[in-house]
Formats: sequence, C-alpha cells, structure tokens
Amino acid sequence: MRALLLALAFVASAPALADSLMPAAEYANKQLPDARQEAQARALMDTIRCLVCQGQAIGDSDAEMAGDMRALIRTRIQAGESPEQIRAWLVSRYGNWVTYDPPLDAMTWPLWAAPLLLVLFGLWLVRGRFKRRRKG
Amino acid sequence: MIAEGGLAALWLAAALSLLQLFLGIAALRPGGAHLLRVVRPLAVAQGLLAALAFLILIWLFLRTDLSVQLVAANSHSAKPWLYKFAGAWGNHEGSMLLWVTVLAVAGAAVALLERRLRQDTLIATLAAQAAIALGFYAFLLMASNPFTRLSPVPVEGNGLNPLLQDPGLAFHPPTLYFGYVGISIAFSFAVGALVTRDVGPAFARAMRPWILAAWVFLTIGIVAGSYWAYYELGWGGWWFWDPVENASLMPWLAATALLHSVTVLATRDGLRAWTVMLAVVAFSMSMIGTFLVRSGILTSVHAFAVDPQRGAFILALLILYIGGALALFGLRIGTVKEGSQFDMVSREGALVANNLLLTVILGIVFFGTLYPLAVEAVTGEKLSVGPPYFNTAAGPVALVLVAIMGAGALLRWRSDRVKALGNRILIPVLVAALAFAALLVFAPDAGMLPLLGLALAPGVAAASVAPLWKRNLRRTPIFIYGMVIAHLGIAVSMAGMASESAFTKETLVAASPGQIAHVGDFSVRFDSVEPIAGPNWTAVEGRLTARRGENGREFQLRPQARMFSSPPTPTSEAAITTHWDGQLYVALGEEDEQGRWQVRLWWKPFVTLIWFGGIMVALGGLLSLVGRLRRERKIAPRTDAGTRADPEAVSA
Amino acid sequence: MKRGFIIWVPLALFVGFAIIFAIGLYAPVARTVPSALIGQSVPEFELAGALPGRPGLSSGSLRRGEPRVVNIFASWCIPCRAEAPQLEELARRGVPIDGIAVRDRPQDLAAFLTTYGDPFATIGADNDRRVQLDLGSAGVPETFVIDGQGIIRHQHIGAITSADVPAILAAWEAAR
Repeated sequence: MRALLLALAFVASAPALADSLMPAAEYANKQLPDARQEAQARALMDTIRCLVCQGQAIGDSDAEMAGDMRALIRTRIQAGESPEQIRAWLVSRYGNWVTYDPPLDAMTWPLWAAPLLLVLFGLWLVRGRFKRRRKG
Repeated sequence: MIAEGGLAALWLAAALSLLQLFLGIAALRPGGAHLLRVVRPLAVAQGLLAALAFLILIWLFLRTDLSVQLVAANSHSAKPWLYKFAGAWGNHEGSMLLWVTVLAVAGAAVALLERRLRQDTLIATLAAQAAIALGFYAFLLMASNPFTRLSPVPVEGNGLNPLLQDPGLAFHPPTLYFGYVGISIAFSFAVGALVTRDVGPAFARAMRPWILAAWVFLTIGIVAGSYWAYYELGWGGWWFWDPVENASLMPWLAATALLHSVTVLATRDGLRAWTVMLAVVAFSMSMIGTFLVRSGILTSVHAFAVDPQRGAFILALLILYIGGALALFGLRIGTVKEGSQFDMVSREGALVANNLLLTVILGIVFFGTLYPLAVEAVTGEKLSVGPPYFNTAAGPVALVLVAIMGAGALLRWRSDRVKALGNRILIPVLVAALAFAALLVFAPDAGMLPLLGLALAPGVAAASVAPLWKRNLRRTPIFIYGMVIAHLGIAVSMAGMASESAFTKETLVAASPGQIAHVGDFSVRFDSVEPIAGPNWTAVEGRLTARRGENGREFQLRPQARMFSSPPTPTSEAAITTHWDGQLYVALGEEDEQGRWQVRLWWKPFVTLIWFGGIMVALGGLLSLVGRLRRERKIAPRTDAGTRADPEAVSA
Repeated sequence: MKRGFIIWVPLALFVGFAIIFAIGLYAPVARTVPSALIGQSVPEFELAGALPGRPGLSSGSLRRGEPRVVNIFASWCIPCRAEAPQLEELARRGVPIDGIAVRDRPQDLAAFLTTYGDPFATIGADNDRRVQLDLGSAGVPETFVIDGQGIIRHQHIGAITSADVPAILAAWEAAR
C-alpha cells in the first residue's frame, strides 16, 4: 500500500498477500557490498512497478514477488549489467507497464512534448498582457 | 430510527438546495431582489441539515450500530473510540457525505458572512453552490446511501482497514476536504460573477478570503497526508506521485495560482478572464480528482472496488458542472472587458509568470496522471507514468517558479526599474551562488535537481524576508507577514525535499541479537524482539538501542510489525526519532529461517523541513487571511465597487 | 487583442478528457498484466525437478514438435487448488501439462499433489521466481499454451474456471 491520501480514497482492505513458506531471496532485503552498485540498483528499483500491488514501486513494496524482483536486479547489477539493460529486459517481459520511467517512443513522446508546448502556449497567451517598455 | 433521521435530513437538504436554486434564479430576474432575504436562510438551513446528517452518521459509528450496512462493513466494536469516530469517513459513502457536508456548510458560511459582494452576484453565487450541492445529494441518495439498513443484523462488523487505524485518519481527511471542497466557493463566485457580469476588483476582494481559507485547509491536509504516508508505510517515502496524491495536489496548484491572480485582479484590475478561469479550474480539479478516485478508473494503491455505475454518475455531474461553467465562460467572458496591461518588470509581471508556471506544473501533473488512461482508451496499450517523469518534467519548472517567487516579492507594483531590482536582489543571489559553490565542493554526487534546490533555498529564503527590511515592523500590515512566512515556508520545504533526496542514507540488515548496524553517524544495536498486544492487534516489537557518534547518549527504538485481527492485515509501525538535523527512521520486517530479523534503517537529513515548511505556508496563509479581514473591517466598504484602490497597491 | 477561439480551448480540452473518461469507465482498466512474450519464443531456462525422482523442465523440452501447456502454480496459492479439477480435465483430454512450482518446498508440493491431483508430466522448481519473471508471468496461477516450436501462443491469467477450459483447449488445438 502506498500514499495514503485516504481522504480521497478509502481503501477496501486489500487481501492479505499470499506468500510462500520459503524465505525471501538473499538479495531481496540485503544491500550489495559495493555502494555504487547498490545506489544504481536502488535507483532502478524505485522506478520498476510492483506486479502484485500495482500502485507502488518494487523498491518500497512488501510483496514477496517485489522482493524477488529486487533480488534479481541486485544480482544482475552485481554481475555487471547496466540498469538500463535490466529495465529493457523487464520491459521485454511485461511491456512498458512495468517501468515508471516511460521510454521515449512513438507512444510516449506527447508526454515529454507536453511541458514544452504548455510553456509556449502560456507565453503566447500572456504576450498581449505586457506593455512595451519605453526606452529610458 | 436514528439512521432514518439522517436519511430524512439528507432528503430535506436536497429539497432545500433545489428550492434555493429556483429562488436564486427567480431573484435574478427583474424585480426579484427581495428574494435574497429568503435565499440566505435557505442556504444556512441546508448547511445545517447536511451537518446534522453527518453527525448522525458519526453517532452510528460511535455506537457501532451494526444494523446500518455501512457500519457493519467498515467498523468493529473492538476498535478504539477514535477510530470508530474517524471510521465514519473511512469509507466511500461516509467520505462522500463529508464531501457534501463541506459543500453545504461552505455555502451556508457564504450566506451568513459575505457582506461585500454585490447583491445580485451573491444570489447567483448561492444559486450556483446550490446547483452543485443538488447533484451530489442526488449521488448520495441514489448511488451511495450511507444510511442503508442491513438485515439480518450481523453479530460483528468487518472492521476498518488497519492502515486507517491511526490518529492521522481523524485529522487528515477533514482538513483536506475543507480545502478540497471548500474551493467550490471560488467556483460558485466565478459562475455568479459571470452571470451578473461583475468581474472586477471588488469581486476579487470579496472572493479572496474564501480562497485563502480553503487553500490553508488544503495545504494542511496535503502536508498531513504526506507525513502520514511517511510514517505509516514503513519505507521512508513521503511523496509517490500516486494518482490519488496527484488528485489532491492539482486543486492545490490551481488554488495557489488563483490566490495570486486574484491579488492582481484586486490590486491592478488585470487578469480578469484568467482569474475566473482559474476559479472554475480549481474546483473542477477537485471534482475530477474525486471522479478518478471514486470510479477506480486508474490503477492506484488504493484498491477500491471498481464501480462503473458510480463512476458514470460522477462523470455525468462533471460534464454538467464543469462543461456548464466552461460554456458559460465562453459565452460571457467576451462581455467582460479586458483588464489593464502590465509592465513586464513589476510585481504583477512576476505574478503573471508565477501563474503561468503553476499552470504548467498543473498541466504536467494532470497530463501525466491521465496519459496512461488515454493511451489505453485509444490503443489498448498499457504504460506507467511515475516519479521519474514527474520529477524530470515538473522539477525544473518548480525551481524556476520558486526563483521568481523570491524575486517577485521584491518588485514594486505597476513598474520597476531593472537596476533597482538588481540592487535589491544582489544579496539573495550571492547567498544562492555561495551555497551552490559550497555544495559543489562538499556534495558533488547529489543529483542536479536536489543540488539546485539546496542552493536556491537559502537565496529564496533571504529574498523572502527582504520585504521586511528597513520597514517599521510594528506598522507592517499582518498580510505582509503572511506573505513572507508563506514564501519562506516554500523555501524551507524545498530545502527539506532536496536534502532528503540528496543525502538520505539507507542500511538494510538481517539482525540477530547483539548485532550492530551503522547508518549515517548512528550505530544501532539490535537487542531483541518482544511480542506485545494492542486492543485489536498483536505485534512483534523490536528492541533496539541507538547512539550517535562514538559517545552520544543512548536512546531506544521500538519499531513494530503488527497483525490486526479484523480484518487480518499486517502493518508496520516505524520507529522515528527526530534530531535537530534530521530523522532516524527504523522499520522492522520479517524473520528469516535463521531467526534473524529484517531491519531497515534510514538517516534522513533535514527531512522534517518538508512538513515544517508546509506548516509555515499554511500559517502564512492564515496570517494573510486574518490581516485582510482586519483591514477590511477598518476600511468601511464602499458600495460603488472598484473605485477604491486596493490597500496593497499603496503599501508596496 | 481578439480572444476568438482561445476562450473555447478549455471547454474543448475538457470534452476531450470527458470522452476518455467515458471510454475508460466502460472498458475498465484490466488489473492483469499480460506477458509481452506472446507470439515469441520461450526464453532459455533449465529447472531441476521439484520432487525427488521426477523430471524437471527446460525450454528445450518445449521445442519437441508437440504443443504443451505450462502451468505456473504453487501449493501455497489458494486459487491453484480451485483450478486443479480443470487441469485434470485438460489432461484427460490429452493435453500434456508441465508444471512450474514457484517457491515451493518438496514436502508441501507432494502433499498438494496428493490432495488436489497430479496432472503434470514434469514439474520444475522455480525457487527464486527467475523463470516466472523470464516468462513475463505476474503471479500464480498462470497458464501458457506453447506450440511445438516453443512459441508462446496463449496466456491465461488467474485460476482456470470450467468456463475457461474450451478456450485453452482451442488454443492448444490451434497450436498443433
């Protein structure tokens, strides 16, 4: 569960997540010894969507499957893969849905164009509201 | 019988709102002005009835009256009384009743207190408020009746989601709703002014206190919600860009822009059409937010039952109210004269820039939240838009906005000289540049956005207090203090956000008794876990001892992993200790096969500034409101609207 | 300045979003995440047998010319118990079924098979969910229909009810 703006959203109590009886994967909750690699893994985990709870990133999800995905990411980072390779691998399995950081493609360019267009449109809108400054 | 009493009160309130609407329309016709004497009491009575219905619902929850379906489904006799009480709005029907209650009470408050608005505009405003209320009464009575009886009466209720069993629930939803729905007044004012063609400085001055009041509540609600998520979820996050969070942020962005544009309208008679538009947009964002959340149309953490029926009902209301208001805007705004023009380098020039950028951020949040929905509706493809997008797209815009905020307060109204501004802004710029240089030396690895945020914060803080420089502090109007404190709060909050994202330290350990973990400059010893029991939960409580540095004072940490009995749900209670320069945040996870406990530790430097700044912003708004009202009382209102200059124009 | 069309922009935008809302309401967001591998080849994997003396499962054994059904399940998953009779039904109709047991201990798995039936030709042990993630499966139970060349032809998410059996059978028939 995540952001509790519950004034707006009163959660129907979620079913207790069915978890296996096996212990969590080693790297589900263990940091990589190399601090730089761990930082890379953490940054990636915070942008991958949890498949079970769907409303949060695997970086802060209590679901067991999120733990397995964290373990997968840490192990692969440790093996020398780049975060973007791992993201691409996950996208090839689950589609763009799995990443909170939409890649720039035919489907997502409006997202990135929107802020620019908004600024330009706003400037065009206010251009008539300003007086010309007199010299001096 | 008492539940039926609540239902009757709702029906009666709905009938009164219908009457209020018709009499309001009649009063606007030639020769109908005397009807105002009837419309005001009607609005007050309607507000009282809605409040009565809501109090009855609270009463039913406090008594755990299981013959009422809503109580049986969302409460339990073993709950502490506070959560029985707050449970009244911890569900769909109850929260919608709170929604309507705030709507009706806000309308009643306008009817009781508003004395400065032109008579005919006031009537039109009350009629608009009644029209909105009518639709939501219909929604409650037809699609979300909170008073439905249950037969046979169950032996026990289902209980309340444990995440909601927290003092935060008692405080956060009501404050948020007062703001979220209170902004409806601005919407009604705008509709009223469009109907009577009364868009001008006098209208702006009448509307401003109402906007301020709603905005203060909204600010407090969002700040409280953010802190609640932070300590209740156990992962140290404070903002997730979740659709539901965005639903509360969007009205705030619109209301903040409105607050500033209404000042321009009151002071300089500019931004007429724009202010009316924003007033419509602000409450439209509240309604759209409610629709998004209630229809379950977006995947969010809030796992609600998806109910197209309810969603369709609210969508119909949206189309009626927002579509109607925007159509009225299109038809009428042409008859509203253009406001005066501005000089680029002036207080109002900065305010226009502020409005522009706030609106851009609003657009980014709106677009990013709805884009997945649009793509899926059109192509069937699924995609996710989350924190990386919002931070990247809105972050830089927010930084520019905050910089302009710092500079804007140093500009004079009407026109200012660039050179004079340069002299005034020199010190803040130096402060920011020094901070930036220091950060580059000491914290080169922090990301670009946090780095800029940290550098900008002290500069903007310096610029924010500058308006008090060389002033007689005793004779400075209170609303100036309000502005200074609110702007300072934004800088403080931004410093907290930037610091949290740049400097947070994380340590995860699987701890056995006696083991010591280090996070930041704290060493934390894991001593043991103990079972404990609460009124309706059991828990394992971690016993940890922490110490700062080599020989700091030892203190205890008690994070819990709780299991609630009804419904059975695990939750995490983090142990958070606040220090002068940040918070130590410790959460307890699960036990592994070797009997070691999963412990998550974070050191978050200056994280508390996020909410402390937020509270300052709200406080600034409150001071501004008090200052305005006191000032208005001193200066007797003149009936010929718009001739008297706004006091602000004199004081700047 | 003429305001012309600009004043109608907000209304136009709102109408656009209202249409999207309406579509979204009546084609509600499916809460399931389908695999992106449908129509593509099964990734390479190799799983040891989940039970002593029983063969495991590898991608190679899914490319032997006959279509197969791969069922991802676990003894700790409640819906998996509900779909057991339907798997039995498929097996009775001649569909070869391989199992992938997710995070399952041999003793629990053996007990599950004894209680709920054992329609599986082979059962691979996916103890760290690596293969489940590799297949783009987002939970248990899920069922894949894979043709003789190892191409994933069909995915069924969630427990198979009796109403779902014909669709899975048809997908399997079509893959022959």
